[in-house]
Amino acid sequence: MSEMSMKTAMDSGVEGAMAQPQLGDVPAVRMEAVYKHYGDFTALNEIDLKVAKGEKIVVCGPSGSGKSTLIRCINHIEKHDEGLIYVNGVELDRQRKNIDAIRRDTGMVFQSFNLFPHMTVLENCILAPMTVSGMTQAEAKDLAMHFLTKVRIPEQADKYPGQLSGGQQQRVAIARALCMRPKIMLFDEPTSALDPEMVKEVLETMKKLAEEGMTMLCVTHEMGFAREVADRIVFMNEGKVVEQAAPEEFFKHPKSERARTFLDQIIH
Amino acid sequence: MSHFSPTAAVNYFFNYFLMKGVLVTIGLTVAAVIGGLILGMGIALMRMSSNPVLSGASRFYVWFFRGTPLLIQLVVIYSGLPQLGIKFSVITCALVGLILNEAAYLAEIVRSGFMAVSAGQREAAWALSLSPWVTFRRVTLPQAFRLMIPPLGNSINSLLKATSLASVISVEELMRRSDMLMQEHFQILEVYAAATAYYLILTSVWDAVQRRLEKHFGRSNAPKTRRAVTTPSVAQASVEARA
Repeated sequence: MSEMSMKTAMDSGVEGAMAQPQLGDVPAVRMEAVYKHYGDFTALNEIDLKVAKGEKIVVCGPSGSGKSTLIRCINHIEKHDEGLIYVNGVELDRQRKNIDAIRRDTGMVFQSFNLFPHMTVLENCILAPMTVSGMTQAEAKDLAMHFLTKVRIPEQADKYPGQLSGGQQQRVAIARALCMRPKIMLFDEPTSALDPEMVKEVLETMKKLAEEGMTMLCVTHEMGFAREVADRIVFMNEGKVVEQAAPEEFFKHPKSERARTFLDQIIH
Repeated sequence: MSHFSPTAAVNYFFNYFLMKGVLVTIGLTVAAVIGGLILGMGIALMRMSSNPVLSGASRFYVWFFRGTPLLIQLVVIYSGLPQLGIKFSVITCALVGLILNEAAYLAEIVRSGFMAVSAGQREAAWALSLSPWVTFRRVTLPQAFRLMIPPLGNSINSLLKATSLASVISVEELMRRSDMLMQEHFQILEVYAAATAYYLILTSVWDAVQRRLEKHFGRSNAPKTRRAVTTPSVAQASVEARA
């Protein structure tokens, strides 16, 4: 316990001293030697990753390679076992206030949407702004309508999620996350549960977000999206980051054998 | 007297003495449901906690009260506890017994309701940095409650009829008062026909209430205006099955 608090004090001291004068240089996400185990299975194996502010990262790799676990550790949906994670300079330790601060800075979009089915679209969007950010209902509604307009479904505000198509639900989920004004958006296979004809509308929404300068980490198999939007591809296998490169480089000259076979299999 | 007198049965039905018994039955049921829900919710939360002492105590409670007859529980509370110097009024005894017993059943219903709410709902709440209280009150509880209504309805229906056991410890509810009338007039079929009619009316009223509740809390699952294929439940179930 005392060791822990000492470590935290030291870290925050270092961060405070070095980071303050040059805030722009604090990476959005920094992971150092991060491990995550499920029993005997090592889901994350010594992950080092730095994401600059405004950077768009696509994480890809075969299933079970730890991609989802990686981004779910960033906002503490999964708890990493070892190593350090910083989000905008805040250390993700076990302190409630740091976890809360990090979660307020990050928005997450899930494969299965995870909209609250008993609330209307609008209610889904205003719940967190009202209860977490302390907005009035009117303010929260304005904000929600702003983002629902941005994802092009303001007319569905009073419907329940179950009345919408998968693509529409996912766009609501994006709007809901944006209502908390996150600095980083995490996408966990956002199009994998969608019918093919709905993938595009969701990717378009994500592209628009990228163009506006949002820092994004996306786990996705949509290589077209990766090529077009990503600044960097992070390729994972068996819990490790096997290679990282700009999309052009990664698709044309994958360095590792594993990446080559992976690309052969998914690009037809 | 080798016949059944419908007139007598109707008269018993409108008998003021019997009607007051009906009110006691209703009162016992309502109080036991409210008390049982509060206690049951606590027991369910204990069971779902990661603390082994709390969950163990909760498991023991459910095992004990579901594993013994309500009749024994009532008799022990009414006639047994005074032996240890613990004495309640008759109606308190009945209520304590009914609530303790009902809570064990309701705890399991509450628990199954919460367990059926998908993990993704909690994760979405975390990701939005909702507080634990808001997550419980606004996200998990309403969804769990909707799933709880059908089994809750069953349990309350059983409870309504189980209140008749309180007659054994001399609570003057519907059953006890029927017995009293029967012993006075020996019109067995007529008296019990009236009592049966009351129980049927009460359970039918409850059925209607339950249907209204199901409709109210199921409103988000109203008939789809379009795209019935992509209801969240189906989409999520298939995703989770794959995950």
